[in-house]
Amino acid sequence: MAEVPPIVREMAQNMTTSVPQAIALGLRFVSVSPARGSLEVPWREDLVGDPDTGVIAGGVVNSLLDHTCGLACAAAAGTEPFSTATLDLRIDYMRPAAPRAGVVAEAHCYKITRTVAFVRAEAWDADRSDLIATAQAAFVVNRPRPDSAS
Amino acid sequence: MSDAASAQLETFLQRVPYVRFLGMQAELAGDEMTAILPFAPHLVGNTYLQALHGGVIGAFLEVTALAQLSVAQPSARVHKTIDITIEYLRPGRALTSYARADLRKVGRRIANVHVEAWQDDRSQPFAALRGHFLLSGDG
Repeated sequence: MAEVPPIVREMAQNMTTSVPQAIALGLRFVSVSPARGSLEVPWREDLVGDPDTGVIAGGVVNSLLDHTCGLACAAAAGTEPFSTATLDLRIDYMRPAAPRAGVVAEAHCYKITRTVAFVRAEAWDADRSDLIATAQAAFVVNRPRPDSAS
Repeated sequence: MSDAASAQLETFLQRVPYVRFLGMQAELAGDEMTAILPFAPHLVGNTYLQALHGGVIGAFLEVTALAQLSVAQPSARVHKTIDITIEYLRPGRALTSYARADLRKVGRRIANVHVEAWQDDRSQPFAALRGHFLLSGDG
């Protein structure tokens, strides 16, 4: 797998340890490569959305996908400082996760311009070929203005 | 109707562990529900801006749709999300958030729902959701 610059890798790893919502959900860093990132959320009793089955909540998958899309943006944006804000996020839920199963997500930032990033993501529990959800998102990218850089 | 609806809503809010994780509450006026998400530090996605995590906002809107459906279409089981589109209009600030769901169409199996969320000004929503939900058929 191709490498990202060390500063991008460091920022990617910090995304699970410095963001309060990521800490609260117990998100874990899986991997980062150019324009791609992967995170996972282990199953936990208090994250259940359907008490009859013990299946993890859609809201948890929502946060995981949003966060993983942000990671892919970071992995695509290069080393200059920037911030992002989500414009929209669409999620299709193909099936519930298995009872008491955690979820893994991988996102790909397939196009980034000065101002907008386009990202796709997938989430699965045990088998990557049997997805539980897919996502499509657009982010605004805020970079320093060229005139303020010099 | 109102007592049954409020019992149904209370059951939904109490039974789902993730709703307690978010700290979400709700109030009913007739059959119209207002979902309430008090600000809490664990919901933050951007510490620099003290802004709510985008995923939390999406989750709040989705749970609002599910809760309103549980009031309108009582069922022993939780309805299931098919797809949602979340539009982010403004940052979610470190304030209490509110949301209301509009059941645009409730068919036999599928419901189409729109949700809008705001903070201190109802006319300035900070996020919206459109989605389809699969209704549990044992009501």
